[in-house]
Amino acid sequence: MNTFAALAPDSSLVAILYIVSFSLFIFGIKLGTHPTSARRGNGVAAIGMAIAVATTLALEGIGNWGIIIAGIIVGTVVGAVASKRVKMTEMPQMVALYNGLGGGAIALIAWSEYRHWVEQGKEAATALKDFAIVHGATPEGANAAVSHISGPTVSLEVLIPTLLAMVIGSISFWGSNVAFAKLQELIPGQPLALPGQKIINVILLIGLLVGGIYLGINNEYLNLDEPVFILMLVVAALLGLGVVMPIGGADMPVVISLLNAFTGLSAAAAGIALDNTALIVAGTLVGSSGTILTLEMATAMNRSVANILFAGFGSPAAGGAGDQEQRSYRSMNAQDAAIQLAYADSVVIVPGYGLAVAQAQHAVKEMADELNKKGVTVNYAIHPVAGRMPGHMNVLLAEADVPYDQLKEMDEINPELPQTDVCVVIGANDVTNPAAKNDESSPIYGMPIIEVDEAQQVLVLKRSMSAGFAGIDNDLFYNEKTAMVFGDAKQTVQDIVTELGNL
Amino acid sequence: MDLVTEITILVLAVFVGFEVISKVPTTLHTPLMSQTNAIHGIVLLGGLIVVGYAHDFLGQLIGFIAIVFGTINIVGGFMVTDRMLEMFGPKKKAPKPGADDKGGEAGS
Repeated sequence: MNTFAALAPDSSLVAILYIVSFSLFIFGIKLGTHPTSARRGNGVAAIGMAIAVATTLALEGIGNWGIIIAGIIVGTVVGAVASKRVKMTEMPQMVALYNGLGGGAIALIAWSEYRHWVEQGKEAATALKDFAIVHGATPEGANAAVSHISGPTVSLEVLIPTLLAMVIGSISFWGSNVAFAKLQELIPGQPLALPGQKIINVILLIGLLVGGIYLGINNEYLNLDEPVFILMLVVAALLGLGVVMPIGGADMPVVISLLNAFTGLSAAAAGIALDNTALIVAGTLVGSSGTILTLEMATAMNRSVANILFAGFGSPAAGGAGDQEQRSYRSMNAQDAAIQLAYADSVVIVPGYGLAVAQAQHAVKEMADELNKKGVTVNYAIHPVAGRMPGHMNVLLAEADVPYDQLKEMDEINPELPQTDVCVVIGANDVTNPAAKNDESSPIYGMPIIEVDEAQQVLVLKRSMSAGFAGIDNDLFYNEKTAMVFGDAKQTVQDIVTELGNL
Repeated sequence: MDLVTEITILVLAVFVGFEVISKVPTTLHTPLMSQTNAIHGIVLLGGLIVVGYAHDFLGQLIGFIAIVFGTINIVGGFMVTDRMLEMFGPKKKAPKPGADDKGGEAGS
């Protein structure tokens, strides 16, 4: 029972309302190109979403209101509470989780769609049997007759997008959940893989192709094969796990972007299957955004997407860590570090994932304020893949009220580094490793880095001398300009702030 | 709607998407991602449509989970994006450091 004046799904009004809603998405993203208007843009996109949902609820044939209302209430409460509670440092796993939920929803919708066809097939078969029996056939005869009929088929134009939505959605759901679990440290962040994982993945992929072709051939309503569909759902899940498990924490920015693109694609496929323009456009927008970010992240690491997905970078086999001769380095306490900073004219802070882990963003901002008071210019150098998702560091520093014009991109800051008195590296490692420039044998050779070694003095705030995610020693630490300040990043920065206050 | 029309829409959307999104500055990449994440929560529409077909328990359960997932995706996604973008926005009356900070510090 629909209490609205039900709208016919193919009416012009519905089409127009969907056009309004996806236009608002595009306009919302467009406003998102500037920090001051981005929040408004998010609101605009949310209005577009509200219009799309309201339109759909008013469609003819929408039923099961109890389930719809219960689902929306549960989803709203969980979504609202989670988004209020999450810490800014946990944003990558939050995005991964939401992304997975979207993918999961798509896979389930595709499954529902398929079940619907199966049900229609069964109803048709029963109707045929009854018809045959009424006309004098024996029940066996009726069954035989039904099994010989080549009945109407599910159009491939709908079946193929449905299968694509199911497969990609399922990969995205499980892949994103693994990414979430790794980032939340529910499972180890290191690459985990079965022996022959690549071959297993290829076999799973072939299995999906074969299953898809089988279902595509058997597309008559009367002989749709739900068990094979479910099997494909499971195989896609295993593929999602098998692809993301072997990827290390440092490659997460790429993985999250890619999974984002995947979910978008599967939403667009679901849109084609359901004849819904809002879904097609919104899914495609997300797919584009995910693709752009994936390519940008991969460029920033000087690696191809395929290499990141299939090479298992962070694995110890990456080499370089082999020559374990003792090398000498200089360490410094917070007091000396504070003095060095106070007497500088210009300081550049290079944040990395360690800053997020230590939740040091507010302390860092305090340090910058103290330095500003002493007339020191402070800027921040942000490497594109610093942190665990694109723009991760920017969000953390914005949380600490660092003005966004002090956040400099790599290409912008590198030419200024030789004139910089002190570079403070906080919880970053591989993105500052000069081996990327100098050492052709290094696994990260060719990756663009923040050229910290060009600065006059370098302070590295770090817990210990351990290697970064790439498992490679960092020459920067042994550079004569460099002083190591050991300890928890947040504690160290706070100590420096205290010392600065005493100067 | 026929498939060709839908593919036309899709291809045009790809171009619009690339055009608009490549203008988003690096600083805003995390909110961008979280916002597009919320936007793909639009699959909720699919959930709302298919749950109407479901007649057995399993079908209804699948529909229910899809709706819950889609709604979390939308509500959580937009809210968390708003939280992030609030931090980037123009600062309201940010008290000048030094104006009222000074008083407390003079004693130390």
